[in-house]
Amino acid sequence: MRVLVCIKRVPAPGARIAITADAQAVDTAFLGFTMSPHEECAVEEAVQLIEKHGGESTVLTLGPAEADEQLRYAASLGVNKAVLLPIDGPDWDPQRTAKSIADAITSIENAEGPFDIILFGNESADSGGFQVGVRVAYALGRPMVNGIKGIEVGDGSLLARRESDAGLDVYTLPMPVVLGVKEGLNLPRYPTMKGRLNSKKVQVDQHTPSAQPGGQQMVALQQTAEQASKTVILGTGPEAAGAVVDMLQELGVL
Amino acid sequence: MLLVLIEHDRGTMSAASGESLTFGRTVAAAHGLVLHALTIGAAADGLAASLAAHGVSTVHQAHHDMLSDYGPEAWGETLAQAVRTLSPTVVLATGTDRGNEVLAQAAARLDVPFMANALEVLGVNGSWELMRVRWGGSLLEKSSLTAGTKLITVAHHAVNESPADVPGAATATPFNVELEASLARSIVSGRVERAAGVTLATAPVVVSGGRGVGSPEAFAPLEELAGLLGGVVGCSRAVTNNGWRPHTDQVGQTGTRIAPEIYIACGISGAIQHWVGAMASKKILAINTDKEANMVVKADYAVLGDLHKIVPAITAEIQRRRG
Ligand SMILES: Cc1cc2nc3c(=O)[nH]c(=O)nc-3n(C[C@H](O)[C@H](O)[C@H](O)COP(=O)(O)OP(=O)(O)OC[C@H]3O[C@@H](n4cnc5c(N)ncnc54)[C@H](O)[C@@H]3O)c2cc1C
Ligand SMILES: Nc1ncnc2c1ncn2[C@@H]1O[C@H](COP(=O)(O)O)[C@@H](O)[C@H]1O
Repeated sequence: MRVLVCIKRVPAPGARIAITADAQAVDTAFLGFTMSPHEECAVEEAVQLIEKHGGESTVLTLGPAEADEQLRYAASLGVNKAVLLPIDGPDWDPQRTAKSIADAITSIENAEGPFDIILFGNESADSGGFQVGVRVAYALGRPMVNGIKGIEVGDGSLLARRESDAGLDVYTLPMPVVLGVKEGLNLPRYPTMKGRLNSKKVQVDQHTPSAQPGGQQMVALQQTAEQASKTVILGTGPEAAGAVVDMLQELGVL
Repeated sequence: MLLVLIEHDRGTMSAASGESLTFGRTVAAAHGLVLHALTIGAAADGLAASLAAHGVSTVHQAHHDMLSDYGPEAWGETLAQAVRTLSPTVVLATGTDRGNEVLAQAAARLDVPFMANALEVLGVNGSWELMRVRWGGSLLEKSSLTAGTKLITVAHHAVNESPADVPGAATATPFNVELEASLARSIVSGRVERAAGVTLATAPVVVSGGRGVGSPEAFAPLEELAGLLGGVVGCSRAVTNNGWRPHTDQVGQTGTRIAPEIYIACGISGAIQHWVGAMASKKILAINTDKEANMVVKADYAVLGDLHKIVPAITAEIQRRRG
């Protein structure tokens, strides 16, 4: 089995998200970088699928040269191969990103054979466009369901589960297939020492993307309105229990 | 024309659809557009009356044998065909799982942009400029959309549903779709109905624990307090990542958005990705050893100190008062 997983390098903000003076980007001066928790689960699933069914997994990202860090993180968990679509400057819009990824997949598949399963995150952590995976699947002519929280591979088909208002919906999809997954699909492992060492040796293949910009463009970032709140300190330690219960009584939740 | 895609499940309109109808009505009025709706599948034909109350003048009712249940590709293709036939200026849906998915599917088919999770139309000058949310709602983005038909979802929970002052005619017009048989591949093939009961998303009280709780066993006192208050237990991602609680308990950007009467956050620092899932709570009580923790700073109430002593003391006090 061949599995591909697409991830995006994003900053990892803490208590608040600072933006640069020109409002064009998140101020990452004091931040580390990561990928979306949904994508961490996609990586874990790719590794588990190969452990179970044999074959090879590949991780792909379109981003700056520094995204090498996220590719190698995936490799440290057990992904076999890595592909970087290098870009300079700000993020590419979703249409341009998807076109570039679809082109790269086509060229990888022509050289190495088709992917049975391509995994995306349900949405990227930062821009949250809810579309790159859907667009790639359409370009490749493959079925795609987003929001997946359970995967079972059968013989030539795959069972995928997703939560809906009514309960748990099941999709029975033919392979090759594209899925967008949500956190909760599995519990991602942490890298081992051996995995970290192996990841340093993984070769990162580069495919230069060339797609044209699409029709959505970021103009500027802006902070959300902070509600000015003054915290009422009800007390310190267990002695505060009386004040807490008074407050609960006032709210009418007792 | 502004065309609202109606989200429904086997003929039952989702509550979320009211949000895009309300938002759509305002945008249509401000920009001189007529308000139409698209329902997908014959099971939804009966929704016309509710759509009239929202001021919809025409309902396009898409019919095809393959549209008896939800399928992202079949629905996306249906919407794409409606856009080709009706040439609306705007297509709008609510930014739910299905809303975002169907618009993305249609956008891919039409090769046009799609803007997810908008809050407001800022200006129209050839391109449309909108405010949208990033980071699950922690950051805003002004963004421009250039396309013949603008595909937009309005962020879920950003608009309060309200009926129109003047109802619309909601004249039903059948819309025949042509679907390739292959698109049946992604139609829902089975369902496990949800058991009735309080869920994290709807509970009136949520008692959450973070890394400060320390172990799976140490959640027992939180369970007890939540039980006394008719609520449920939630948690932070540090907890699910450690395997202490299932992901269904996680509050936040990649977990569940909650809106209880009171949120009691024990040993949670209040990282922005957690906060964004909790901020719709009516009141927040933080229990934390660190008075500088973001959760404490942003909460309505706080108790400083060790949650392992404070939580049982609150439970004991409630039991004492109840006698
Ligand atoms: C894209 C993205 C999405 C994310 N989505 C989510 C999400 O959906 N939900 C989520 O929760 N996180 C999410 N995160 C993770 C988030 O950034 C934080 O890492 C996480 O919320 C931290 O959990 P915590 O507060 O339990 O742990 P910590 O940050 O480690 O905080 C522990 C707190 O416990 C307090 N404490 C310790 N001991 C005690 C004690 N005995 N009594 C009282 N207080 C004590 C400490 O003072 C501290 O404030 C996401 C991150 C990213 C990058
Ligand atoms: N620059 C990128 N490189 C690789 N994958 C991406 C990129 N951007 C988005 N994706 C994938 O597409 C999913 C949906 O992204 P989005 O449409 O931005 O919400 C993400 O969770 C990733 O799996």
